[in-house]
Amino acid sequence: MTNRDEKVLIKGNYAIAQAAVNAGCQCYFGYPITPQTEIGEYLSGKMQELGRGYVCAESELAAINMVMGAVATGVKAMTSSSSCAVALMQEALSYAASDELPVVLVNVMRTGPGLGYIYPAQGDYNQAVYGGGNGDYNLIVLAPSTVQECVDLTYRAFYLAQKYRNPVILLADGLLGQMMEPASFGEYPYPEVDVSSWALTGAKGRDARMIYSVATDEKKQIQHICDLHRKFEVIAENETTYEEFEVDDADIVLVAFGSMTRNIKAAMKVLRAKGIKAGCFRPVTLNPFPHKQIHALAEKGKEFAVVEMNMGQMFKDVKYAVEGLSNVSLINRACGEWLSVEEIVSSVENVLRGGKQLAASL
Amino acid sequence: MQQVFSIPKSMKKDFRYTFCPGCDHGIAIRLVAEVLDELGLRENTISSTSVGCSVFLYDFLDIDCVEAPHGRALASATGVKRARPDKFVFTYSGDGDFASIGLAESMHSALRGENISAICINNTTYGMTGGQLGPTTLMGQVTTTSPTGRNKEYYGYPIKIAEHIALCDGTAFSARVALDSVAHINEAKKAIKKAFQTQLDGKGFGFVEILSSCPTNWHMTPEEAHERVRNEMIPIFPLGVFKEVN
Amino acid sequence: MGKIVIDQNRCKSCYICTTTCPKGLIKKSDKTNRLGDYMVEFVDEKNECIGCAMCAKRCPDMAITEVWR
Repeated sequence: MTNRDEKVLIKGNYAIAQAAVNAGCQCYFGYPITPQTEIGEYLSGKMQELGRGYVCAESELAAINMVMGAVATGVKAMTSSSSCAVALMQEALSYAASDELPVVLVNVMRTGPGLGYIYPAQGDYNQAVYGGGNGDYNLIVLAPSTVQECVDLTYRAFYLAQKYRNPVILLADGLLGQMMEPASFGEYPYPEVDVSSWALTGAKGRDARMIYSVATDEKKQIQHICDLHRKFEVIAENETTYEEFEVDDADIVLVAFGSMTRNIKAAMKVLRAKGIKAGCFRPVTLNPFPHKQIHALAEKGKEFAVVEMNMGQMFKDVKYAVEGLSNVSLINRACGEWLSVEEIVSSVENVLRGGKQLAASL
Repeated sequence: MQQVFSIPKSMKKDFRYTFCPGCDHGIAIRLVAEVLDELGLRENTISSTSVGCSVFLYDFLDIDCVEAPHGRALASATGVKRARPDKFVFTYSGDGDFASIGLAESMHSALRGENISAICINNTTYGMTGGQLGPTTLMGQVTTTSPTGRNKEYYGYPIKIAEHIALCDGTAFSARVALDSVAHINEAKKAIKKAFQTQLDGKGFGFVEILSSCPTNWHMTPEEAHERVRNEMIPIFPLGVFKEVN
Repeated sequence: MGKIVIDQNRCKSCYICTTTCPKGLIKKSDKTNRLGDYMVEFVDEKNECIGCAMCAKRCPDMAITEVWR
């Protein structure tokens, strides 16, 4: 890729990997799992070619802890994995959030619970947004919906991680990871974050630095947890992002994230041709979640239908944002084939006929 | 008169150990500090800390530290070293952290020949939680979770850590030492220095297992505890260098 | 001829030093510390200390902070 502005046809997994390289990711640690394995495969050669760090870790547990060690020294580093293996990393994510370590984790979602299979799904919304680790903490969660966004949000993940000293999850899915689409890389668009005030480099000419989460003093522990939450309020204020399509005149707003948004745009055209004014609202940051923006739409009297490939995980966040001001329905499938344009259209028609929450269909 | 003993410069100012009376952790940390001083490493060192009694290393050593969850010190240290190969990187763990919950990370770091140094305190029990059966608990040893003593039917056998690490191709140095006498303490310091020098020479993984007493959880006086190290532990966990790559 | 310095604030009264000193110069005293343990004291009226530093090497708490010879 000599000209980074040129559009290239590229698979989502490779796009994430190359974007990480462009973002200055100095170390990659990973363990294979479908459907994200191409990220590690691509970087194994690339990182060695560039003289950067690469380890085929013995487990995902080891991989995420290697990332924690690397980023503690002030460099950018990441790991990538999928659903059931990301479950293995939850302990480390809790530590990383408490330690304020700028870990970047890519989750190319597959199906769960348990081993599940490699069908596409969005069942890790709760795992990413609410976390599977212990204690009160928040991760920044970014959800791309195109291969171009796999590039853009990978860049943003590295930037936000260091800017706020907070772990970031790029929540992609098997469809995006395995799909080829045109994308351009451009240059890494963010400034380099100054990490010199906290990075571990050896205690030369300064006091020793300790990055740890244990506090044997109760007041300090309370203070620390409150500080983390205040930090996340700042993140929510500054970094909440979302996309709206034809929401202004819409009677019903379809809320979706990631790949699910793709068929919704097509379904909207069909619905509008039938005289149903449908719009789409797509959170780009799942955490911080655009509660305020959704609430504002509810205040304008819009009805909502949440469309997702799980049993209604983001659905709860939308209901929480709407606060009972209007009707919120769920259009979903547990996993497998993405809801088609036809299914979305007929489901929306059903909702508007007075059907309430739709059961997940086969 | 000439001063022949002083507090190592790598110790934090005004530190006071929080270990139980007679605990050998204090000696092991002092030896690490002395070696850091002698090799001039303090200002270039990053340590990945463990969980257990060993966790409080960062309260005593005046060096940069990053914590790792229980058992992940060697994975964290791998990340530190791969990110900053010019830094001196070491871990300091107990036997539970290194050889039970963290056995995979420890063994694979040795197999990969990570150019880091690892120290493991073997006191045959989980000290911080009050003396439970661990990976190195001796056969017959009574702990709070082996009330009639370790037997093979319920618990299986203890691991000989230094020998296992020595079997890994990436290991450049593996030794077992003890702290029950001045002579053994002197040997222990030599081994730590060799393990650290191994990293400075870029030879690969350096490992020292330190047999240590835990008077509190063994329900012994410090002297009795050292006698146990001598009479019960060393016969099962022999001292010596098990691998040294020249 | 030698001497040692004991930091009573660091000493936890494990008494390892009392059996380590080859000259028997470190003894349990009848004074107690804040925890009520009998403190150790260095008594060398005949200048017998040889500054071997064995006490300091075995002290688990670095309570013997200096050894001179």
